[in-house]
Amino acid sequence: MSATGGVAGAAPPQQRRRDRRRDVARSWFDHAWGAFLWGVMALFLINIGAIIAAVATNSFASRWLGTWLPEGWTTRWYFAAWKEFQLSSVLWVTVEIVGAVVALALIIGVPAAYTLARRDFPGKRLVMLLFLLPLMVPPITYGIPLATVLYRLHLAGTMNGVIIANLIPAAPFVILVMTPFIEQIDRNLELAARVFGAGTLKMFWYVLVPLLAPGILAASLLVLVRTIALFELTFLTAGPDSQTLVVTLYYAVFAAGVRAPQSIDAMAVIYMVVTLVWLLIAMRFVDPTQLVSRVKEHPRRT
Amino acid sequence: MADRVAAVPRALLDRTMAPMVPATLFMVLLFIYPFLYGLLLSFTPQHGDWLANYRKFFTADNLWPTIWTTMRLALPVTLINVGLALPIAFKMRSKTRYQRFVTTVLVIPVSLGTVMIAEGMLTYFGPKGWLAQIVGVLHLYDGRIHLTHNYWGVMISLVISGFPFAFLLILSYITGIDPALARAAATLGAGRSAQFRHIYLPLLAPGLAMCFCLAFVQSFTVFPSAVLLGAPAGPTRVISIAAYEAAFEQYDYSLASAIAMVMGFVQLLVITVVLASRSLFYRGPAVGGKG
Repeated sequence: MSATGGVAGAAPPQQRRRDRRRDVARSWFDHAWGAFLWGVMALFLINIGAIIAAVATNSFASRWLGTWLPEGWTTRWYFAAWKEFQLSSVLWVTVEIVGAVVALALIIGVPAAYTLARRDFPGKRLVMLLFLLPLMVPPITYGIPLATVLYRLHLAGTMNGVIIANLIPAAPFVILVMTPFIEQIDRNLELAARVFGAGTLKMFWYVLVPLLAPGILAASLLVLVRTIALFELTFLTAGPDSQTLVVTLYYAVFAAGVRAPQSIDAMAVIYMVVTLVWLLIAMRFVDPTQLVSRVKEHPRRT
Repeated sequence: MADRVAAVPRALLDRTMAPMVPATLFMVLLFIYPFLYGLLLSFTPQHGDWLANYRKFFTADNLWPTIWTTMRLALPVTLINVGLALPIAFKMRSKTRYQRFVTTVLVIPVSLGTVMIAEGMLTYFGPKGWLAQIVGVLHLYDGRIHLTHNYWGVMISLVISGFPFAFLLILSYITGIDPALARAAATLGAGRSAQFRHIYLPLLAPGLAMCFCLAFVQSFTVFPSAVLLGAPAGPTRVISIAAYEAAFEQYDYSLASAIAMVMGFVQLLVITVVLASRSLFYRGPAVGGKG
């Protein structure tokens, strides 16, 4: 051992051994802790998978009572569910409502995001709060007063009422997803359009919308997936002719015993397929964390 | 001085402000107005003086206990969800294939929603479901397992929908923290737990507080799973069920609004407490580097 290396070497052997033993204990603990966390995660995912698989299996089962797999397989529950729950009209209503919500949320959300990204003005924080609150406050809390107002206006129970109710979380969501996208666009492009005499509308349509296409796609897919699964607001405001698929599913489960469980599970599978197809499409364009965290608050540096 | 006064209206009537008008108007008319309307309505009961609804809520045997019923569900669930999500998200903070896989899979229960989870749990956890069979085969527990139509059913469903939410939220906060900070600590000899305690935890505190609040209000307003998986007449008669019954079964919108206001007030109270205790922690930028 040379003179310069003597500092580390000077530690007495017992202490070095103690250090090593502590390191071993710590790495053992690290491994155990890591294994525990992976175990929790694996258990969680396996159970989620089993829940989904159980519903899918039951929907194809002719009879399934207390065995691992059903006695026989059939697709008749799908035909039964399609007829019993009038799924063709329910699906059509769902498509109309979700489509209208996505379109309207974009129409009022993207321009608002533009102003919020570009301008500073007195009371901006207040306006931001106005757009953040509907995402923070759970739907049931504001859904009941909202439903009351919509009933007074004779809008509840109609498609329009359901669309309006679903827009309340959807529009702010679009605003928060779009703001970072707009901030990335070079302001000079807008100024150039203005110099050439484009009004606000023309500038939006010919300059901003094409440049924002990826952001608009991401926002509309996220709103789409969230609106399909948004239960509470539709439940509180829908009438018999304006129920979306998830509300019909709720009523079917609620009245379990009236219909065969397989038939309800068949509808559940149809609901899952609709949701998961759109989810898969959305996953190609967005980060999974965006579905819950709304905005990337810290843009990653590269 | 006069310039400044004149500058404010001109700034507000700018043409770049116009795009914001429809969205703002919409939110004021359909979010703020119903809320104020509900608040006023709650003070104009169908019978009695202006406080009658609130007096009824805090004296009726089937109303005020719903606060505790809901708390008994929401608080443990929030602690479990955030408490599990934090270490797991920390473990998965580096961008790997696992991270992408796990986040994609965890998005599924969030997107499916509580109604679907409830139906799945009724099939899977039911008395003849797979779980009962596995438990029977492994002789883990000899009696019948009761995981649906009671407190535990609602609890599990809230973990299934709430844990992925908390995980994805915390993960997005953690990945926003510059790993160079932890590397700097590591070069100074900080181990993994020291890095977590002294670098990540203080930087995460605001995000964690936010996540706790969001997870809490979500479980506090549990509705479909409390009806479908719980015992909505007894142990899981949560506050949103009481509000729903008042509005849509008794058609007493005034009482329903009062219950909704109490629900909002309790949420606000918990959020205030959490965010106030947050100020005890470090506040500052979560990204290092210059500027």
